[in-house]
Amino acid sequence: MKKRLWLAILYLMPLGLLAQTGTISGTLTDASTNEGLSFANVFNVTSKTGTITDLDGNYELSATVGDVLEMSYVGYESAKMNVTAIEKMNLALNSASALLNEVVVIGYGSSTKKEITGAVSIVKAEEIAKLNPNRLEQALQGQSAGVQISSQSGSPGGGYNIRIRGISTNGDNNPLILVDGVRYADLSALDPYSIESINILKDASASIYGVQAANGVVLITTKKGTKSDKPVIDFHAYVGTQSSARRIPVLNATEYAILSNEAHANGGQTPPFGEISDLGEGTDWQDEVFQDAPIRNYYLNVRGGGDKARYAIGGSYFDQQGIVGGEKAGFKRYTGNVNLDVDLTEKLKFNSVVTYAKQNRKTLSENAIGSVLFNALNMPSTLTPLDENGDFTLAEGLGAEVINPLQQIANTFNNVDVNRFSGTAGLSYDLAEGLTFTSSLPFNFSLVTNRGFSPIAFYGSGKVFNTVESSVSESTQTYSSWGWDNVLNYTYTHDDIHKIDVTAGTSMYEENFQGVYATGFGVPNNSYEFAAVSQANEIRPGGASSGAGIFRLLSQFGRIQYGYNYKYLISGIIRRDGTTRFGPNNRYGIFPSISLGWVMSEESFLQDNSFIDFAKLRLSYGQTGNDKIGDFRYVAGLNGESEYVFDGNTLVFGQAVGAIANPDINWERNTQFNAGLDLNLFGEALTVTADYFIKESNDLLLSIPVSGITGYTAPGGGLPIANAGSIKNTGIELAINYRYDVSEDISFSFGVNGSKLKNETTSLNDGVSFIQGGGFSIGQLPPTRWEVGQPIGYFYGLETDGVFQNTSEIESHSSQPDALPGDLRFVDRNNDGAIDSEDRTFIGSPIPEYIFGMSFSAEIHGFDFSAFADAQVGRDLVRNYARNLPLTNRTAYSIDRWHGEGTSTDIPRLTTGATDNNLFSDYFIEDGSYLRIKTIQVGYTIPRYGAQSIGLEKVRIYGSVSNPFTFTKYQGYDPNISSGNPLDSGIDNGYYPQARTFIAGIKITL
Amino acid sequence: MNKITNIKIWILATIIMVGQSCGEFLEVDPPYQISSETFFNSEDDYQQALIGAYDLLQSSYVNVLMGEFASDNTLCGGENANDVPGFQEIDDMRHGPVNNNLQDLWNWMYAGVNRCNYIFEFQNKTNFENKDQVMGQAAFLRAYYFFELTKWFGDIPMPIDVRVSFGSVQDYGREAQANVYAQIESDLTFAANVLPTSWDEQGRVTKGAAQSLLGKVLVYQEKYPAAVIILDEVIRSEVYDLYDNYDALFTQVAENSIESVFEVQYSNEQGAGFGCLQCSEGNVMVGFSGIRGYNGPTYASGFSFNVPVQDLVDQFTPNDKRLRGTIMDIEAYKTEQESQGNQVTYGEGWEHTGYYNHKYIPRTGESFQDPNLTNSTNYRAIRFSDVLLLAAEAHNATGNDTKALEYVNRVRARAGLSDLVTTSGSLEQDIQQERRLELAGEGHRFFDLVRRGEAAAKIPGFIQGTHELFPIPLVEIEVAGNIWAQNPGY
Repeated sequence: MKKRLWLAILYLMPLGLLAQTGTISGTLTDASTNEGLSFANVFNVTSKTGTITDLDGNYELSATVGDVLEMSYVGYESAKMNVTAIEKMNLALNSASALLNEVVVIGYGSSTKKEITGAVSIVKAEEIAKLNPNRLEQALQGQSAGVQISSQSGSPGGGYNIRIRGISTNGDNNPLILVDGVRYADLSALDPYSIESINILKDASASIYGVQAANGVVLITTKKGTKSDKPVIDFHAYVGTQSSARRIPVLNATEYAILSNEAHANGGQTPPFGEISDLGEGTDWQDEVFQDAPIRNYYLNVRGGGDKARYAIGGSYFDQQGIVGGEKAGFKRYTGNVNLDVDLTEKLKFNSVVTYAKQNRKTLSENAIGSVLFNALNMPSTLTPLDENGDFTLAEGLGAEVINPLQQIANTFNNVDVNRFSGTAGLSYDLAEGLTFTSSLPFNFSLVTNRGFSPIAFYGSGKVFNTVESSVSESTQTYSSWGWDNVLNYTYTHDDIHKIDVTAGTSMYEENFQGVYATGFGVPNNSYEFAAVSQANEIRPGGASSGAGIFRLLSQFGRIQYGYNYKYLISGIIRRDGTTRFGPNNRYGIFPSISLGWVMSEESFLQDNSFIDFAKLRLSYGQTGNDKIGDFRYVAGLNGESEYVFDGNTLVFGQAVGAIANPDINWERNTQFNAGLDLNLFGEALTVTADYFIKESNDLLLSIPVSGITGYTAPGGGLPIANAGSIKNTGIELAINYRYDVSEDISFSFGVNGSKLKNETTSLNDGVSFIQGGGFSIGQLPPTRWEVGQPIGYFYGLETDGVFQNTSEIESHSSQPDALPGDLRFVDRNNDGAIDSEDRTFIGSPIPEYIFGMSFSAEIHGFDFSAFADAQVGRDLVRNYARNLPLTNRTAYSIDRWHGEGTSTDIPRLTTGATDNNLFSDYFIEDGSYLRIKTIQVGYTIPRYGAQSIGLEKVRIYGSVSNPFTFTKYQGYDPNISSGNPLDSGIDNGYYPQARTFIAGIKITL
Repeated sequence: MNKITNIKIWILATIIMVGQSCGEFLEVDPPYQISSETFFNSEDDYQQALIGAYDLLQSSYVNVLMGEFASDNTLCGGENANDVPGFQEIDDMRHGPVNNNLQDLWNWMYAGVNRCNYIFEFQNKTNFENKDQVMGQAAFLRAYYFFELTKWFGDIPMPIDVRVSFGSVQDYGREAQANVYAQIESDLTFAANVLPTSWDEQGRVTKGAAQSLLGKVLVYQEKYPAAVIILDEVIRSEVYDLYDNYDALFTQVAENSIESVFEVQYSNEQGAGFGCLQCSEGNVMVGFSGIRGYNGPTYASGFSFNVPVQDLVDQFTPNDKRLRGTIMDIEAYKTEQESQGNQVTYGEGWEHTGYYNHKYIPRTGESFQDPNLTNSTNYRAIRFSDVLLLAAEAHNATGNDTKALEYVNRVRARAGLSDLVTTSGSLEQDIQQERRLELAGEGHRFFDLVRRGEAAAKIPGFIQGTHELFPIPLVEIEVAGNIWAQNPGY
């Protein structure tokens, strides 16, 4: 009763003031030029009516004394005025910096470019559109300083490595990726066009995510609905064709026969080829396996909303086939998403994001000895793809691993389907002015189903890939996760001088995994059509298995940001995490950080300055953590393999201890210092961001080498995880962007960013002088090392010193008595008079010293042009795609081999005999530096009146080409490629290269 | 209203956020995982762990291969001079402390030791009727692994009845070989006392196996009188006899035959990969020893390692039936087959001699998936002829040449050879020669030469005082905190 009365009084109040209503007029001007602002908004906040100014900035609006008018104009800071009397009200608006007011997502909240104190890189939807990527990671490449993106595989659906500020562990170096608050391990499920912005937290300010932030945090937001009168409909479609950007020159049939004969003769064997005059060019196996492949994408998004609700609904379809294997290496993706924000009451708001993605990927064998491209490079050009009977030619006499790649493609059936359903639902409630409580539930459910079929196949005698039985493998893996984040946020501004923002929250998170795997033998008709375990004749003992996992994280966190007069900024963060990955002794960790900002341009000594618009110095220091190891590594379980044979051929199964447990594993800690400078100059035409950082990662969680007497090599066993070792990454990052608006219709912009990185191992655990890894050729010693004082994963092999030209050189060298002229001369590092494994040393590093990105764009009367380039400099790669057997094909550089005194000083003789030339040495190391033009795009936007005449708001057509040019000395397919594993990252076994893609597209807005 | 709602929300928010901070959320156990520390609650648990202890026997294929390379019987071979450098180095007697394959041997044998010790660690937890038989098998297996380790490396760290945990490695110094042998003898004596002479299931350790291995260990230590007693006991038990047909002895029809005292069991039921050769249930040695690029009847192709040398072939007298069973002469076979209208093609690998190890050679139908890694041919680890020859050696050394001759001639008779009627003096050498011929290709020769002090004379590149033992892997010395001295000369 009381309530109603109160409401009634409220409603009646304005009536009593009716007498003081009238029409207010006035002019809005630009505060600096005093020119009138046309089409600016004038809005009566109280009566919720509004108008716009005329060409000269004049307006008229009815108002009542006591009302509040709000004036706003794009690019200007909006202002409010209280109506004290019905009279003329002029107002001068200050131009606002769009750049500085740009929202920066910083985790459980947001800030602005102006106020942020951490090192954050932002990539916006416009930049993504210019790059036209088919995967979101590509949009980060060369876009933000200090972020290195490399492709794990150029095959459709192939993943990318995101490395923020270097490699800090030999374990998992992937950053934490949150898409609207939902964790993503990989960005393949996202359509790049559905993304509004990508924010990368690079420094210690990422400590708001505590234990998971050591490798940096990538915060992605999808496009949300905004208030609009009618729905905004975006449609985007492109089609294109992909082709290989490079072929590795190999020997044609005649060259191959000549050099094979020479190698056999040098090895004291009978030359295999008699008449070679009619061999000609032979088969180009790369032509056989590479093909042009289509790519296409369709995207539709509808957005809009009213006062109480806003929505964005989208869907997309993407289809890409492989330049090797076509459909057998194809990737398809369907996505659908609904973003809905509803103001349930004045104070209670609901927001939700729901995304569904369905993916299908087919893969071929890649980047391995015996993979498709490896075989294409090693198959002799004298062999034809098919024999006289029309069957695939067998790869006889080429070792156990090289097989006919076309036969291999034909016999490959790997299919993965992923169905991913994820999203967030949240409620927020305004408890008081500036105080909001938000509770949100991010969730994910992914169903991954695999089907692989291996038909009966014979590739030649003794091939490791021969199968005498057909088999089918199926698996179903379910990954599900849910979280519950509760956050209190309080913002208070006093007199526009003191600004405080306090965030406090708690969070629960759980991941579950279930997997079922089965393999059956004897598939009916040896055909993929019947490749299901249920159809197979037999499931053998051990042919069915399952797995399960659980991970939980419990966190409390808080952040205080204080700004004084937008001049002095300070932010403090603390987070406490508890994880099930560590034992009860070490379950909790605390991760604090502090950052400071000083906006120098607000100081009087920089105020009267014609070219500095904005200058801010940033400092941050703090800790983040890493728990990215397997689950439950602190307890030992009976998950080893225990199998033996009794009674003839029958397998019996028992129990055995699995990987060695370490109950004492603890947090890996990453301490980072960052100093940065942001400058906006010359009317914001030029922006500069520079950062310097020192990132020390201590107590790294590693699979450390332990003594074999612990029995860790038993089947199903494994090394323990322990905290050991430290890595230090030091770097400088610089990003410069320049924009020049010639006129309203003509503008240019140019951007360049670069970073220099030094990676150094500062300690390893006691007693271990190095950890080795990787693989070179077959059966050779591990080619990479991780060692104190060196970059992680550096190449460790013999150092060469040219080629022996004659016997007297061999005699004077003395440590290679068995060498013959034409053999590589190795450096006897330890001077013991013999060349052996003890002489190995640093011969290269896969970590680039410098990473660069460049962009250029121009808009001229509706035409737009953009180009992007990226570069990595000072990195080495290992050439390991040549099998080097007597009869395998060779790369064309072997034409320049040593074949007599003075013929070559760097490429050794060819021989089928015993030689040390194939031992891992710097002969196999190549400079992997490159500069690549990533994308060139030309577009044309139909003039607005033209578009509207056909009922459309905006129409843009464009053409683009990806990877048109790569400048590199590297001889392999693609220098921008890397396995994710730091100890294996620079070894090229025949990576599936990234394609060169030509695309034509259209974007329509209605 | 708003105030009340606000208070409600405040209370709710406080409850949620305080409640969320409760650590119980983190108390979860690994799903479907049995803890290693709460096992051994029934006989079945012990039996299951015992299978794990047997499992590593299969990895001893590498011991056999490398034992042959190291000896004067075979060359390494393979595809080229750099095919498995660790193998090539051992063949050429230029191996050093960095050798992946020696490290494998070390690691895998210790993995076996640990799985045995896991059972011993919990030996008193649960009692059941046949427990002695479980413990007896575990004791034999531990002895088997330790014997391999001490043969290769001499003094070795010797963890007993406890798993070596992460962090406790430095508690183990290198135990003198005499102490290792004492432990082996004690384990084998226990095993011989509790194990039955046979099992329903083929492949389990028997009393005879334990006695025979004990006899061998005693002969290795030149404890001949004791060896005579135990080996005679095996022979007199008449559980074992020589298998008539030496040609067939190493084919699958003669698996677990009357001659087999102890046999490592292999199966082709499961695939395998190079990433974990010790995980294979098949005999990896067989595929490695196969004919390179072979196409033709009977045999299947392999990696052409472990190729016998002419000198070995020349040791056999022409009427020695064992020649055919031991040596596969590819050219002779090709000629023979082609005369019957069958085509045979093959490739020549590195160090091609024209010969292959006929005892462990892949034949068609022996493997299914990953054919070179999953051959199902069992390794005849201790054959009765080995027992007879060891016994002969022990008798000869203790002055009973009559008995020694009886045993040697029993072996010779099966080979179709006439009796030795040697006068003492050369008998010692004759027995060793018989061992070489009888056991060629089975991984024993190198150690026979070493223990008899004849290695330097027979093996090219063998350096007296160094190559009797293999180097402890460098990484092992480092991770153990450099408390282990390296073997001399390395």
